[in-house]
Amino acid sequence: MSNASSAPQHSTALPNGWEMVVGLEVHVELDTKTKLFSASPNHFGDEPNTNIDPVTLGLPGALPVLNKQAVELAIRLGLALNCTVQPSTFHRKNYFYQDMPKAYQISQYDQPINIDGFMMLPGDVRIGIERAHLEEDTGKSTHIGGSSGRIHGSDYSLVDFNRAGVPLVEIVSRPDIRNSDQARQYVAELRAILLAVGASDAKMEEGSMRCDVNVSVRKPGAEFGTRCEIKNVNSIRAVGKAIDYEARRQIDVLESGGTIRQETRHWDDAEGRTHTLRSKEDADDYRYFLEPDLVLLDPGTEWIEQIRASLPMLPAARRAQLATLTGANKESESVYVVVERGQDEYIAAVAQAGGDAGRALVYVQQAFAEEGATPAVSAAHLAALTQMERDSKVTATQAKTILAEMVANGGGDPAAIAAAKGFEALDTSAVEAMVDAAIAQQADAWAKYCAGEEKAMGALVGAIMKASQGKADGKVVTAILQSRRG
Amino acid sequence: MATPHSISIETVAKVANLARLNLTPQEMATMAEQLSGMLEHFGGIDKLDLSAVVPMAQAVPLKNVLREDVVMPSLDRDEVLASAPDAHDGRFRVPPSAGQES
Amino acid sequence: MATPFATAIQIAQSIRDGSTTASAVLEQHLARISEREGEIHAFNLVTTEQARATAQHIDKQAKAGNALGALAGVPVALKDNMCTRGIATTCSSKILEGWKPPYDATVVTRLQQAGAVMVGKTNLDEFAMGSSTENSAFGPTRNPLDTSRVPGGSSGGSAAAVAAGFAAASLGSDTGGSIRQPASLCGLVGVKPTYGLVSRQGIVAFASSLDQVGPFTHTVADAALLMEVIGGHDPLDSTSLPQPLPSLTAVLDQGVKGMRIGRLVGMPEGCEPEVLARLEAAFAALQQAGATIVDITLPSLEFGITAYYLIAPAEASSNLARYDGVRYGLRVDSPDLNSMYGATRAAGFGAEVKRRIMLGTYALSAGYFDAYYGKALKVRRLISDDFATAYSSCDVILTPTSPTVAFPIGEKADDPLTMYLCDVFTIPTNLAGHCAMSVPFGTGAHNMPVGVQVLAPALGEQAMFRVAAQLERAS
Ligand SMILES: [Mg+2]
Ligand SMILES: [Zn+2]
Repeated sequence: MSNASSAPQHSTALPNGWEMVVGLEVHVELDTKTKLFSASPNHFGDEPNTNIDPVTLGLPGALPVLNKQAVELAIRLGLALNCTVQPSTFHRKNYFYQDMPKAYQISQYDQPINIDGFMMLPGDVRIGIERAHLEEDTGKSTHIGGSSGRIHGSDYSLVDFNRAGVPLVEIVSRPDIRNSDQARQYVAELRAILLAVGASDAKMEEGSMRCDVNVSVRKPGAEFGTRCEIKNVNSIRAVGKAIDYEARRQIDVLESGGTIRQETRHWDDAEGRTHTLRSKEDADDYRYFLEPDLVLLDPGTEWIEQIRASLPMLPAARRAQLATLTGANKESESVYVVVERGQDEYIAAVAQAGGDAGRALVYVQQAFAEEGATPAVSAAHLAALTQMERDSKVTATQAKTILAEMVANGGGDPAAIAAAKGFEALDTSAVEAMVDAAIAQQADAWAKYCAGEEKAMGALVGAIMKASQGKADGKVVTAILQSRRG
Repeated sequence: MATPHSISIETVAKVANLARLNLTPQEMATMAEQLSGMLEHFGGIDKLDLSAVVPMAQAVPLKNVLREDVVMPSLDRDEVLASAPDAHDGRFRVPPSAGQES
Repeated sequence: MATPFATAIQIAQSIRDGSTTASAVLEQHLARISEREGEIHAFNLVTTEQARATAQHIDKQAKAGNALGALAGVPVALKDNMCTRGIATTCSSKILEGWKPPYDATVVTRLQQAGAVMVGKTNLDEFAMGSSTENSAFGPTRNPLDTSRVPGGSSGGSAAAVAAGFAAASLGSDTGGSIRQPASLCGLVGVKPTYGLVSRQGIVAFASSLDQVGPFTHTVADAALLMEVIGGHDPLDSTSLPQPLPSLTAVLDQGVKGMRIGRLVGMPEGCEPEVLARLEAAFAALQQAGATIVDITLPSLEFGITAYYLIAPAEASSNLARYDGVRYGLRVDSPDLNSMYGATRAAGFGAEVKRRIMLGTYALSAGYFDAYYGKALKVRRLISDDFATAYSSCDVILTPTSPTVAFPIGEKADDPLTMYLCDVFTIPTNLAGHCAMSVPFGTGAHNMPVGVQVLAPALGEQAMFRVAAQLERAS
């Protein structure tokens, strides 16, 4: 998944002064070797019903025993989300469904392991985290027959319990989100944190990260409206689309004099709309009670502090550090992208080697998409390239060409590549002659540019670059044109 | 606290649905009568002042019983599916559901 | 003491010293089964072939001079709610029709490791819900001492199997008295260990916070030996106590001199006079042996039945939800999933199980939770606190195990509440998580056996067994 989806984009405002109120419930599968309460493998993509044991299948007499690593990963996540880690208990959530082997899910209820955290989004927006609790995943059904293989109208279902019992953390935000951009940023940031702390591989396409979205609308300052929960919103893009669709649907209902029923809705990504799954009235009565087969989980200060000390620097801190180093805005896409790829330390090494960190950030964002945290191009060579450009030994265009060659070859000395290609930046007097020629040839564009139409500069610059075969320095060309206009 | 210690046929029907137990009208009537008799007897606890009493759900206060994250062999799928009421293609087959998706 | 059949310790000893063989012992027991099982119906399944193979294996070991386990060659029976790999485990319910567990319960593994010879799976009230073993989908078990009477329940099959000489010992499970009451009604020793002392892994759950496994034997010493075999920490049960099992066989001869025995002031109504007379005789015997009798009260005792019959069904309603026709057992075909659930569960469960599922579901449901389940948990605390106060002035408490001797089959079958009231003395122990055992102490009405119950606090097994052994010597 690309991080482009987390970059600020503006969702259109809601009509007539309506405001949306959004909260997210995100389920993530923890990256353990075994299940939450049993020793069968937690592994995606295996043959159906091969990762099963008496506990997974809910066989008579089977008893759960809590996985220590799952607890540790849940605490890592909780600390990364600024939560308080507290003594916690497990409850049974009773409901019948084919995917739920025991007909109850073991989940944390009134005493979850992590409570009261928060996450910061661009623009200093603080989204509260109500809780991040441990629970077990369900099995998976395939609906066979009927028109579309969907649940309604299928002939039968086939159930695979490999996923049943996989450890989940459910992260419940407070209803602090006010537009779909924030929702997408929240999910993207949560994903970045999960990857950073090693809690989950957070693959939305494989279902190891799944979003349910609660949406309501109101006029600002009014009480919260009735909310609908949207299930199955399984990409960051869909989170934005589903929220925008649902808020507008609710506004339409309210403005035409209707009322919103509290219900669970389903996001149909193909149709781009939500539809009713079940209403609150026929919702189950889950009859929660303390799971008698498990005991108190009280990790204690020592364990919690040990885990805290082992946490890596989190994405937000890394972005701030990179922004400071490079002079970029900490909310810029380049900073997000580079930190997501884990290439921020590399840029620090480029700066350490005397390179221009700001230029390096641009190079790395543009050219190192396929590289990992340690690109094949050495930090010293990239530093040298930024120096050559800064000292106008090569133009930006030439530098780009050299960089492409370095990436293609898995490294190389930029000075040697420049020499081999005969690159050297044209001196200013040669550029001035080319500017004069371009003004003469493109009189129309020159007139428009002089009249204040900035766009017209493009045609002039294009002609000059063409004439110089790319050897003119774009910054120099622009400066000459501006000074000629006076 | 005044709780009417009896249970109506309607409540019996609702509870039977929650418990996924198909009961005949006759069974529901008997159930309502028997459960009401029991609840009547159980209503005796209403005379206790329990306001300050801490609930006790478990007998032994253990904590932090944890297992290392080590894989053990899984059950044999064929052995397990041989015990299933209906299996197909390595999976458990069930009739279609009209309800909840996970 | 004189027992009608050889004890587990006698059998193990005679096999160890070569005076008999495991196979010979087994054949004696199988012969008794052939003779009387038809009228008693102690078993859901007699595992003759597996038992013979095990006995032969033990005999080979003995012949080779290999070390033998503590129960080598001792025929034992298992309540049919204990998972046995590849051997049908039914809980006396139609809903588990055709199911063969792919794994063994921890207690089964421990018995096997000790060399026990499993002769069969015994009948019970369906899913252990009952006090008479009349609620079995496969028909009632009869009391071997008077086949017109019940053996008690829910572990009635396990009690009858030992009382009839079909096995030298057996295991039952006790959620509210289901070992102690049938032991009392069949003239046996029956132990409900401290919660967490014996693993529940592989025991089909009835009420998880109350269930414990324990032995039926002819003697207190046999019970101590069985406890030492099946007890102790199990990492597969999160509620298993971490500490090692205290030695029990070693304390049996220590007597009761200086011990303080609690006598309940304010005995609940409904006890047969003969039962109360035997209890008095038990106090006298202990006093004679140097113990002191101390009056104690358990003010919340009368509310125990209410707490129990809300908590146990609540947990059961959840534990029994897994019988849904999807993965194992019975399925009644239906066009959609929910009707399949409803039809399967309606056909698979008997009346008592349905009643308790309904009661438990109701007690947990929205709007009723606080009035029923929530209050029951608070009453549980009161009872536990009552015991704590009582045990500050005594080491053990003596009560009747059952208010009555074995009653005629059918007498209480139509009146669930009256049946529930028989559990008044046994239930509080389960609520508190303590240990208790029933020791035969003479006979009452109709010349049927009377059991005295010895109660002790959590992990008070040593004191409990010392008192039980003293009572046995005095009886
Ligand atoms: Mg949720
Ligand atoms: Zn959840």
